[in-house]
Amino acid sequence: MIDVIAVVLMIGGGLLCVAAGVALCRFPDLLSRMHATAKPQVLGLLLILTGCALRLRDPVDVTTLVLVAVFQLATAPVAAHMVARSAYRTNRFRKDLLIVDELAPTIADRAPTV
Amino acid sequence: MTAAGVTLTVLLCVAAGLTLYRILRGPHVLDRVVATDVLLAVVVAAIAAEAAFSRDATALPVLVVLSILGFVGAVSVARLGSSIAEKDSDGDRS
Repeated sequence: MIDVIAVVLMIGGGLLCVAAGVALCRFPDLLSRMHATAKPQVLGLLLILTGCALRLRDPVDVTTLVLVAVFQLATAPVAAHMVARSAYRTNRFRKDLLIVDELAPTIADRAPTV
Repeated sequence: MTAAGVTLTVLLCVAAGLTLYRILRGPHVLDRVVATDVLLAVVVAAIAAEAAFSRDATALPVLVVLSILGFVGAVSVARLGSSIAEKDSDGDRS
């Protein structure tokens, strides 16, 4: 029974990975692609690590998997923020797709620092 | 259990292939950085799935290293590489 739950979780994570792959090929610009890539990086990986922990069940292995999950949750937003900021600064996105742009007035107020 | 393993392998291979297509196409260094992050997540998922299906925890320390490595790569390219990327972005567009 536990193995069935683990397999279902891992296949869910695999489906999220495929969704991100399709989105990487189909979405029009960098920022919308970044929106889609967060799915396997956070939720997909958590599902697969949970499935892996349910299969292994050894406390040492589960601790390692929790460590991986914590590292991923801590670092993925920082990396995404820096990439998005860099893309914004170098104008590598489509302004016509934005609905709200709260960063533009802030940047207009002060000299660029990056 | 074997059918589930094959299904998961196919899913991860399709995801990695689509991501590789985006890494090849670009058109910009930051696009490739984002796609490389996804490829790294897919690789971590594949190693974790392999460990789960074979009930063998040997490869788990590799996952810790990979989850740190992707962060360092993305941040360093975004921070230091964006000025270089801006310079050759016009010639790089395909």
